[in-house]
Amino acid sequence: MINLSRRKLIVSGLAAAAGASGLAVVARLAQKYGLVPPDHGGIYGLGETLTYASQRLLTRHSLGREFPRNQISPRPFPNELAPLTEDFKRLQAGGFADWRLYIDGLVHQPAAFSIADLKSYPSRSHITELACEEGWSYIAEWIGVPLSHVLHRVGVHPQARYVVYVSMEPDTWDSIDMADALHPQTLLCYGMNGSELPVAHGGPLRMRLPRQVGYKNIKFITRLTVTDSLKGLGNGCGAVACEYGYAWYAGI
Amino acid sequence: MATLGSSQPPAEASVPSRVSTAPVTELVPRHSALVRVTHWIGTVCFFALLVSGIEIVISHPRFYWGETGTVLTKPLFQLPIPSSRRLVPTGYGYVLPDQNGWSRALHFEAAWIVLLTGLLYVISGLLTRHFRKDLIPGKADLSRRALLSSFVKPLRFQRPSAAEASSYNGLQRLTYLFVIFVLFPLVIWSGLAMSLAFASAFPWSVTLLGGRQSSRTIHFFVSLALVLFLFVHVAMVCVAGFWSRTGAMITGRTGTRKEHA
Repeated sequence: MINLSRRKLIVSGLAAAAGASGLAVVARLAQKYGLVPPDHGGIYGLGETLTYASQRLLTRHSLGREFPRNQISPRPFPNELAPLTEDFKRLQAGGFADWRLYIDGLVHQPAAFSIADLKSYPSRSHITELACEEGWSYIAEWIGVPLSHVLHRVGVHPQARYVVYVSMEPDTWDSIDMADALHPQTLLCYGMNGSELPVAHGGPLRMRLPRQVGYKNIKFITRLTVTDSLKGLGNGCGAVACEYGYAWYAGI
Repeated sequence: MATLGSSQPPAEASVPSRVSTAPVTELVPRHSALVRVTHWIGTVCFFALLVSGIEIVISHPRFYWGETGTVLTKPLFQLPIPSSRRLVPTGYGYVLPDQNGWSRALHFEAAWIVLLTGLLYVISGLLTRHFRKDLIPGKADLSRRALLSSFVKPLRFQRPSAAEASSYNGLQRLTYLFVIFVLFPLVIWSGLAMSLAFASAFPWSVTLLGGRQSSRTIHFFVSLALVLFLFVHVAMVCVAGFWSRTGAMITGRTGTRKEHA
């Protein structure tokens, strides 16, 4: 009844083998060109990888949408903050004069920068939308120093693949690939709408990535680590958020 | 073999054709393999998208028009449901658990699968002339009488005639074309417009829809329209005979065999 001729069997066997090796080649190429996110495993790995790979191919150099000044939201919504730590309050009492941004990892010169140092470097501002994964969004002017400037200052090793950024808030850190780290709109942000970045919005220093949703824009940044692998950190997926089921790449 | 067209009475009279005593066994081809496979992959993805979409909406059940909107701005409307975020004013005294992590992952994975499946369906539908043969209505299908009768018959729980059961009437054809070529593209577009990275490469995809929050609101209403379509679709399947119609979408063949035979 089942009419499986030998030829059919051989042809379909060959087709399956070709398909499997084709997939293997695609996977190898994707790995080589940095199109595989650190959280590519598990049942949602397929979706995460397709999103990250396609958006890296389409948007490596595109600029996040910028808006005219009159579209700045009159009341930017500061999302809920965890209670501030004693360490943070002490620095706050001193006007953040003792706040330091430490940079280590795959750099020529590990360094520590004060907020005043960062403000003395060429600044950049953009009027962009901060969009939360929950659905809400607002537009503000964000002022800071491009992360790429600070990275060039300390000299990044050529094998660098990710920048890990750590918050003063306990157990809060995340990471981005070099495409985002060197993107001209990626700011170490210290100002908002013409004044200091308020604590409610992450002052004195916040990571600002206009092409990824809110949770990648971590507040109270104190440390950057340049690395070629995220394997040893947390559960290896590149962010604390991943441990709660959130995607490492959040361009969507 | 069967009694198709042997008598003149209005088509519906012959439907549960009691004429033959034994169940009619002649099975005719109804849906191609590709249509069946893509239909069921789409079904699974639809439910995954629906469940995860509802979970995501729960974290902010307020909708806005234009570019921006937060709990500090006036919404276009707010769904009267509790939220999974403490700072959303809902009027409920409790906050639901946060389910957005897996919901977002499932939403985007199902979106990818259904997008690729849908592309396969549309391309093959064009190549095999499925749309032209089976979905583009003919002149006769579009007469007011034909449309009215295909609207009223299911409301009277009248089963389609055997001839109708192997094809689609004008109203069905228009509905399927609308869903495939208007609602699906619109829900994909408005979804992609909400991707910050996608919008950075294709800013017009957001501005044409009236802004980020407008895109989100459009995404919500188009999804609602698709859910409405699902209800009507399943209701029609039930009226026409749930097992024979569902069987046709699984095995690819349909017969005039009676349900309770």
